[in-house]
Amino acid sequence: MRMNLPNIAMKKETRMRINNLKTKTPLIPKKNSFLKYLKTHWQLYVLLAPALIYIIVFKYVPMYGLQLAFKDYMPSKGIFGSPWVGFDNFLRFFHAYYFWDLIKNTLLINLYNLILFPIPIIVALSLNELRDGRFKKIAQTITYAPHFISVVVFVGMLIAFLDPSTGIVNHVLGWFGIGPISFMTEPGWFKTIFVWSGQWQQLGWGAIIYLAALAGIDPELHEAAKVDGASRLRRIWHINLPGILPTIIILLILDMGNLMSIGFEKILLMQNPLNLDSSQVIQTYVYDIGILNGQYSYSTAIGLFNAVINFIILIFFNRIARRTGTSLW
Amino acid sequence: MIKPSKSDRIFDICNKILVWFFILIIIYPLIYIISASISNPTYVNSGAMWLWPRDITFEGFRRVFENKEIWIGYRNTIFYTLFGTFINLAFTLPCAYALSRNDLKGRGIIMGIMVFTMFFEGGLIPTYLLVKNLHMTNTIWALLIPNALAVWNVIVTTTFFRVTIPKGLEEAAEIDGASTFRIFFQIVLPLSAPIIAVMGLFYGVSHWNQYFNALIYLSDENLFPLQLILRKILIMQEVAAQTVNLQGTDVAAIGEQAKIASIIKYAVMIVSAAPLLIVYPFLQRFFLKGVLIGSIKG
Repeated sequence: MRMNLPNIAMKKETRMRINNLKTKTPLIPKKNSFLKYLKTHWQLYVLLAPALIYIIVFKYVPMYGLQLAFKDYMPSKGIFGSPWVGFDNFLRFFHAYYFWDLIKNTLLINLYNLILFPIPIIVALSLNELRDGRFKKIAQTITYAPHFISVVVFVGMLIAFLDPSTGIVNHVLGWFGIGPISFMTEPGWFKTIFVWSGQWQQLGWGAIIYLAALAGIDPELHEAAKVDGASRLRRIWHINLPGILPTIIILLILDMGNLMSIGFEKILLMQNPLNLDSSQVIQTYVYDIGILNGQYSYSTAIGLFNAVINFIILIFFNRIARRTGTSLW
Repeated sequence: MIKPSKSDRIFDICNKILVWFFILIIIYPLIYIISASISNPTYVNSGAMWLWPRDITFEGFRRVFENKEIWIGYRNTIFYTLFGTFINLAFTLPCAYALSRNDLKGRGIIMGIMVFTMFFEGGLIPTYLLVKNLHMTNTIWALLIPNALAVWNVIVTTTFFRVTIPKGLEEAAEIDGASTFRIFFQIVLPLSAPIIAVMGLFYGVSHWNQYFNALIYLSDENLFPLQLILRKILIMQEVAAQTVNLQGTDVAAIGEQAKIASIIKYAVMIVSAAPLLIVYPFLQRFFLKGVLIGSIKG
């Protein structure tokens, strides 16, 4: 739905072509007509050019560079001169002792995050019910604010708050006789901290899109339900929730497409040698062995594996969603 | 008008409590940081300071502002944000305008080429090698060019142009013999202040907060953006020697160092996050507009 621009465009083109046929415009040789078209419209393509060149150089050339995954990279020979090795890099990864740990960590963190998807929806529904406009505005401004804190500062906050000896969290736990807990170095805590802190940062911002969808719901539905004596809670359940369902589905599909990639810049900052068991995910591993250790072929293969899985998941869930009538394309 | 029933009033109260709960869990850490940054670190570290500042001191800010690294980082970040955002706009706006025109031939294909990159990309290593082969590593360009454009923002801007620029205006200008360039620069851009603000803010915030590209592409500390300096101080907990003035390594000095490190920590968070947090409430409507235009299709 959100991505259907190309489809519409193409359909319109076909329609125009059919119209042309109907009105029996004399068929000019195709090449000639395009040149003629360019003569009057070349400036449009000039406007497009910088962006298009950027996309090709910085998005498609790296895709071409993915062939590195099937090669044994030798710096002296470059990407294109290095010898082919087929699927060796992939097989090495599949058989590595850490393979299942990486998959497990990657999936668990993201699934954990995914189960919490109702939080921004609840925030939106509850903000939407506020009758006091000024209070609503203030509440929105405050809940959106954490979105603007950079990852670095944010992880810095986590480290400071969760510090076993000086952090406020452990002081509070101490009042109840618990702890101190070394949250940041305890592998068992890593996923919980990562996921819940992420919710803290995004719960307001994530609600914006639902609030917009809620604003689009026909007020007459509510009026009719009021006349029928439906309570506020029932109206939320039977009118508001179904009203934003398409938005929820779209966002869920998009999240699914990122099932194996979410938030790796933050994970990287939260990592330390003691919590690696729980915090090493595919992308941080690619960074470790690729950027830090220079094993370019092997790390490209792992990255490609990750990207392909993401793509497949996205297509799969989009197909399911299409049956419900809401999908990306 | 139907009088609100009793259950509805109960609902209202419960809902208000819920919203207050969200507000409090969000605002508490922020207040804590502000208080901690101007409190005596002894109280902060012992947990005696838990909401309002105690034994107010501006030592932390003084040390932060004395730190040369932070100033350099600040200067660099301002440069990357301004120049980077300018590049972003220069790539995004013309492209989005062309894509918004119905008479652009091949629009479907071009859109397809762009949108595909949102779902599948070459990934970290091939992109890194490309930037390296272009000899951009360790230059300012590494932070400006590889992120010159975000496809999602192009889509949002295209939608804006389609919805808000009256087609009749363009057609009239065309009949008068105005070229596409003239239409874009003299008619469309002046009507597009809102989307320029929205995009400028989106791109600007991402430049301000970005650390990862700097981490992998830069090694010259003079080029480091603020976020990388913060990473050193907050995450790796390295405090620059000049900030601490450590003389001797006796226990007292180490204790003193830990205290200073702690007070600097909170001051540094504020120095970095404050500009955005202070400015954003005033520009909130632009941010919201951006998200909303983006959701038109959704």
